[in-house]
Amino acid sequence: MVKLELKDLYDKFRDPATIKALAALIEKEAKRLSGPLNIMEVCGGHTHTIMKYGLKQLLPESIRFIHGPGCPVCIMPKERIDHAYILSQQENVILATLGDMIKVPGSRGSLQQARSQGADVRFVYSPLDVLKIALENPDKTVIFFAIGFETTTPMTAALLDQARKQGVKNLLFHVNHVTVPEVMKELIDSRDKHVDSYNNRIDAFIGPSHVSVIAGAKIYEPFPKKYDRSVVVSGFEPVDVMEGVLMLVKQFVEDRCDLQIQYKRSVTMEGNINAQQLIDRYFQKRELFKWRGLGNIPWSALMLRDEYAEMDAERVYADVLPIEEIEDHKLCICGDILRGMADPTECQVFGTACKPSSPMGSCMVSSEGACAAYYKYGGLM
Amino acid sequence: MTRTITLAQGNGGEENRALISGLFFRYLGNEILERAEDAAVLQTEKKMAMTTDSFTVSPIFFSGGDIGKLSVCGTCNDLAMMGAQPKYLTFAVMVEEGFETRKLEKIVRSIKKELAINGAKVVSGDTKVLPKGAIDGIMINTTGLGALSVEGVSVRNLEMGDAVVVSRDIGRHGAAIFAGREGIELESEIASDCASLWPMVEKVIANGVIPNAMRDATRGGLAAVLNEWVEASDVCIEIDEGSLPICEAVSGICELLGFEATALANEGTFVLAVRPENAERTLEVLRSFPGNEMAAVIGEVTDRYPKRVVLRSEWGTKRFMELPTGELLPRIC
Repeated sequence: MVKLELKDLYDKFRDPATIKALAALIEKEAKRLSGPLNIMEVCGGHTHTIMKYGLKQLLPESIRFIHGPGCPVCIMPKERIDHAYILSQQENVILATLGDMIKVPGSRGSLQQARSQGADVRFVYSPLDVLKIALENPDKTVIFFAIGFETTTPMTAALLDQARKQGVKNLLFHVNHVTVPEVMKELIDSRDKHVDSYNNRIDAFIGPSHVSVIAGAKIYEPFPKKYDRSVVVSGFEPVDVMEGVLMLVKQFVEDRCDLQIQYKRSVTMEGNINAQQLIDRYFQKRELFKWRGLGNIPWSALMLRDEYAEMDAERVYADVLPIEEIEDHKLCICGDILRGMADPTECQVFGTACKPSSPMGSCMVSSEGACAAYYKYGGLM
Repeated sequence: MTRTITLAQGNGGEENRALISGLFFRYLGNEILERAEDAAVLQTEKKMAMTTDSFTVSPIFFSGGDIGKLSVCGTCNDLAMMGAQPKYLTFAVMVEEGFETRKLEKIVRSIKKELAINGAKVVSGDTKVLPKGAIDGIMINTTGLGALSVEGVSVRNLEMGDAVVVSRDIGRHGAAIFAGREGIELESEIASDCASLWPMVEKVIANGVIPNAMRDATRGGLAAVLNEWVEASDVCIEIDEGSLPICEAVSGICELLGFEATALANEGTFVLAVRPENAERTLEVLRSFPGNEMAAVIGEVTDRYPKRVVLRSEWGTKRFMELPTGELLPRIC
């Protein structure tokens, strides 16, 4: 049997000849488009691929990307980061979270700063690593600041499941898991009458695919049917994204509006049923969750079910966690940028008061945000 | 000697002298050091280059080296990058009380070995023992003095058309340390590239190539070196992404954690800017050293985007190679 190497999983999907061939096909098909095609790649992973591989440079001008809100770190509002900060300051607490969450500043500072001032803040690769921290520190309370879309939710659920099965009592959760379809809906059809979603310019979506590995492609069914927006669920390698774009262009040229899966090697319509059941066992929908740059979006996040309230850091530490909202900066136009109605350069604070080192809105927070990308790549975009 | 280092051994008295003669003189002794004067007296004929560096690494012993080897390589390599032959080093060590003597001896032995590769001597030293908890095991500072064998090697000297050469595959030290620290188990272990560079530099120069610039790609990796160069020389460097030498294990770590190999640290990898007609000869020399078989020309100096480093993909797109910032953190999505 041929042994599968790690590089076999990506090598062919970065093949220069294939990428160029797809670019030529898109160019040819796009000539038949009646106007510009505005594609939102919802997921930060796709934005990263587009930037890293310079894919926009391979596409005709008529194809425009709108970088979406699909980066769990960027969309975290200051209130929630403040929660993490405050929790890390509590006596006998170890706060654990994933990767670059620790860099993002809330109104009191970032977790990195909290750590440098003596708080015990750790970043982990896998939520299950938190179990080890809890077992090794039985006299401390370990709080997992859980973030991420549908992709990472099952790992948090699995951690909770394991903690309960192993009788681990010193592990709490601060849950910030958010869901993709609700925010996509918000961008094109907001229920908030103050939000100008009617003028959004999103024609089609590249659907987040690792989300769909878990939740299935079915979660995007309403978009072609109800909202007249095409969706192609694409993988994250450059060949995947290029093929995804080609499939969307073809839909427009052929006057179709469908939900299609490009990332067939991992995504099915139904998704991972076991993972979905695990999530369902421990989590319920949260009525409102605030997204940095977009405001409150109904039913767009999860919280622990009431049965597990004793493991919910938000409820256990309710006395010290503020609930007041912190307004996004008035001059920030992240909402319009995310709806494709404005370019980052049209923002008054872009590059001046708002920079990657001191971000005001979500689009500047991580390198995957539209504003940060414009700031960094400037003339090469 | 005691099994572990005690505070008494840093007191300047008898125990301190026993440690110095039993360990440091034993392995690092030479006629200048053993005079045990307040300062070393050195006679030089050539122009001298001087540099200093402090070393702290976790884990202290890693795949491919240890803090002792690192403390010699780091300083000697900085000298070599100026075209200077490492001659004299000072060696100051701060040890935590309770540190195993056996480990300290192992560290000193690797210092001895690495000094020999460079043809350098320790001519002055200092030992401090700190109470438990005051430092994490051990810290070393070395200052080095080297004799210039060529002049004009400088970060400010890059010229239009220069070929940019990297001496071997990149990112090994950073990946090895990261894997070691985080306990990431890999099927094939990545060894750090930790190595002394002077022998290679000496041979490059002996073959008639005087590089315009050389720099070892330590913290911040290749990306940091190239960005420092374009800034200092006010030029653009265009890199062909497909020509970057990266071994499979390092690219595996990068894939899994979302790192760029160009931002990972190296400890025995350097970048050279040479005139294009000298590029092939430089490669031949570099590749003649074991471990450096992947030496490659990775790009050229141009004037297209001043003060920027541009990565050219194999499918004709471009992006800027950024200076790495902040902590090395894995991407979430």
